[in-house]
Amino acid sequence: MNGVPIYYFLVLSAVLFGLGVVGFLFKRNIIALFMSIELMLNAVNLAFVAFSRALGKLDGQVFVFFVIVVAAAEAAVGLAIVINIAHNRQTLNVEQVDLLKF
Amino acid sequence: MSVPVFMFFACAALAVLGAVLLIVVREPIHSALALILVMAALAVLYLLLGAEFIAAVQLMVYAGAIMVLFVFVIMLLNAGVEERTNKSLMAKYLGLPLAGFLVLDLAWWIAKSTAGKAELTASAVPAQASSTIELSRMLFKQYLFPFEATSILILIAMLGAVVLARRDS
Repeated sequence: MNGVPIYYFLVLSAVLFGLGVVGFLFKRNIIALFMSIELMLNAVNLAFVAFSRALGKLDGQVFVFFVIVVAAAEAAVGLAIVINIAHNRQTLNVEQVDLLKF
Repeated sequence: MSVPVFMFFACAALAVLGAVLLIVVREPIHSALALILVMAALAVLYLLLGAEFIAAVQLMVYAGAIMVLFVFVIMLLNAGVEERTNKSLMAKYLGLPLAGFLVLDLAWWIAKSTAGKAELTASAVPAQASSTIELSRMLFKQYLFPFEATSILILIAMLGAVVLARRDS
């Protein structure tokens, strides 16, 4: 019925995760960094669902559900921190938020 | 090429395109739109894998709620074009090839280690009649405690967001 090999999904997941890492390392805007993290979480979710399909068990999908919940909580708190940083330092550039830099 | 394979490649191309756009565009709002494209493409892939519930949650919670939060914050902060840094030559000539190498290397090793496995090459397992019923049964029996714990997590996150974002505490 479904003729797509599962490992295609895993390779796509790896590519998306790698692009998320690259975005996290290259971007300067703090909101864009956050979106790169979301991209990595999405890539991992795809791997979870693909393995869940391959092994015929639904545990992977339950984990994806929990990952989405945690991502929602993380986005809420993280964006509140971003608003705080923007108010305190008048910038969204992570290179200028260097109070803890040695 | 059968229809599912064609759908896979179309959605995979859209997802990778969105991820690349997320990195190369300089306006945060454009990055957010690119990320929504990735999430929508992934929702179709979940449908292809027989995970209807996850596909719906992906669209409603991720592409809906979380990305609206992002767009809201971007507009609230009036985030403009990302500033260019004084481009170091090292980032340009060493960083970019290494970044490309990272992506290809990850994909290569995943492909190499999974392509031969019989259970991963052909999706032999038939989709369950209704995976959503089975999923909800697992969620409320086997995973009941983590499920309840997430509700507390959400509550704490909500309080934390309110406290953090409040002006002059």
